[in-house]
Amino acid sequence: MHAAGSLEFWIQQLINALGLGSQYALMAVGLAMVFAVMRLINFAHGTVMMASAYIGLLLLQAGMPFPLVALGAIAGAAALGVLMERIAYRPVRGASDVALLLNSFAVAVLLENLAIMLFSPRSRPFPMPALLTRVFHPGGNLFLPSIHLWAFGGALLALSGLALFVTRTRLGLAMRAAAENPVAAQLLGIEIGKVTVLAFAIGSAMAGLAVLFWTAHVGTINPGMGFEPVLKAFVACVIGGFGTIQGAVLGGYLLGALEIVLQGLLPSGIVGYRDAMVYGILILILLVRPGGILGYLEAERV
Amino acid sequence: MDGPPVLELRNVEAAYGAIRALHGLSLSLGPGEVVALLGPNGAGKTTTLRVISGLLRPVRGQVLYRGREISGRPPALIARMGIIQCPEGRQVFKNLTVRENLILGGYRLGDPDRERRNLERVLTLFPMLKERLRQPAGLLSGGQQQMLAIARALMADPEILLLDEPSLGLAPRVVEEVFEALAQLKAQGLTMLIVEQNAEKALELADRAYVLEAGRMVLADTASRLRENPDLIRIYLGR
Repeated sequence: MHAAGSLEFWIQQLINALGLGSQYALMAVGLAMVFAVMRLINFAHGTVMMASAYIGLLLLQAGMPFPLVALGAIAGAAALGVLMERIAYRPVRGASDVALLLNSFAVAVLLENLAIMLFSPRSRPFPMPALLTRVFHPGGNLFLPSIHLWAFGGALLALSGLALFVTRTRLGLAMRAAAENPVAAQLLGIEIGKVTVLAFAIGSAMAGLAVLFWTAHVGTINPGMGFEPVLKAFVACVIGGFGTIQGAVLGGYLLGALEIVLQGLLPSGIVGYRDAMVYGILILILLVRPGGILGYLEAERV
Repeated sequence: MDGPPVLELRNVEAAYGAIRALHGLSLSLGPGEVVALLGPNGAGKTTTLRVISGLLRPVRGQVLYRGREISGRPPALIARMGIIQCPEGRQVFKNLTVRENLILGGYRLGDPDRERRNLERVLTLFPMLKERLRQPAGLLSGGQQQMLAIARALMADPEILLLDEPSLGLAPRVVEEVFEALAQLKAQGLTMLIVEQNAEKALELADRAYVLEAGRMVLADTASRLRENPDLIRIYLGR
């Protein structure tokens, strides 16, 4: 361990925070995109991550090389997101927000139980290649787990790609327009259904990427593993400001930093209360900024 | 009106839940014609545009575009056919830049060449948008937002432009500017259906006008005759 407060300590915290924050940001983006286009907090987002992890495991057991396993898990997540929209959400489009929310819980419970039936409720090891589990020692007592590098690099690439997509392409612009004003968007020929499917596909693919890093951290997967990620993604969105991609990314990195710093600074006796403190700080943020940190845009518009 | 109508409503009845908003409305719009839809608040003018654009499905009656029934089609599909509505209250995408708003206007065309040509054209019509292309649309003034909303609709190369209250909430000088632009569009042969509170301005621009009251047509005539019609003054302007 490093002496708390030393430069080395803070560099280590920064490394850990960027690694964890990258995962949270990737998870939160999908939740934010779906919320933006259909005002749904998709609690089944975590189950997509779980299912994507099992797809990865099956591919691995089938003897596929890891890059293909990763691609398969990401593509599987995207396909599952699209399927979910078709089967569970599109038929009830126009229903109340509460009905949609209940549907998302139903989808989550259904998929989780399906996974229990197919794979048993037990945790299974997910062997990761050495490339993801190595730890570098760049000097002093610093640890640089390669998974942090992968997560940060992966998030940087994926999120930059997403930023280019929503600012430079016709479809990306259409998605932002539909999120802001669906009626005006339709009056220009933009199909809300098409944009919604796209949000599910992209958001789920991001979650599929995130769950690779998450699984590399934990080492095992189980049918209930989606709950914690979706909760983290939800908190990240709330902190940053719900429904915007920037808010989700900012919230993801802030949540990561908050958890890491509390983990590092809290005395060992109370470190178990870390999450309780994180949520306490979340409540404080919401008291000062009810719309989240970037939520002021929304407040000004109303 | 020369030639068969591009747009026709036949006995359209529409309702919001149990509340009837249109009681068998019929009207038509010829190629290149500018028609004004006048009437007091609640007369059903905006409802008529909502029905045409597919935002509200009529209970009874038909909407025909070039002789083809379009009522009940999804709004995005109707827009793609070229019936473009510039909705009431401007409704520009405030978080998007002026340029992004305009690009989206051309969404239905999906043709970069036409997009470039149209962009040039609308910037000639509304030069003040040129310096603001990179600004978020939400930062524009009300009048500028209205011009952006019209410019955005024009980017779609509309076959028919539906305008809902283009002068609403604008300063008189800005109203002048907006109507000057609309007059230019008329001169270029654009077919327009305009809902407007400002009857004088609308009748100056229009070839014909319909006056609605409580969901029914009460008057239909050429704009020039309606300008002189004392009935219109009594019913519509209330003075």
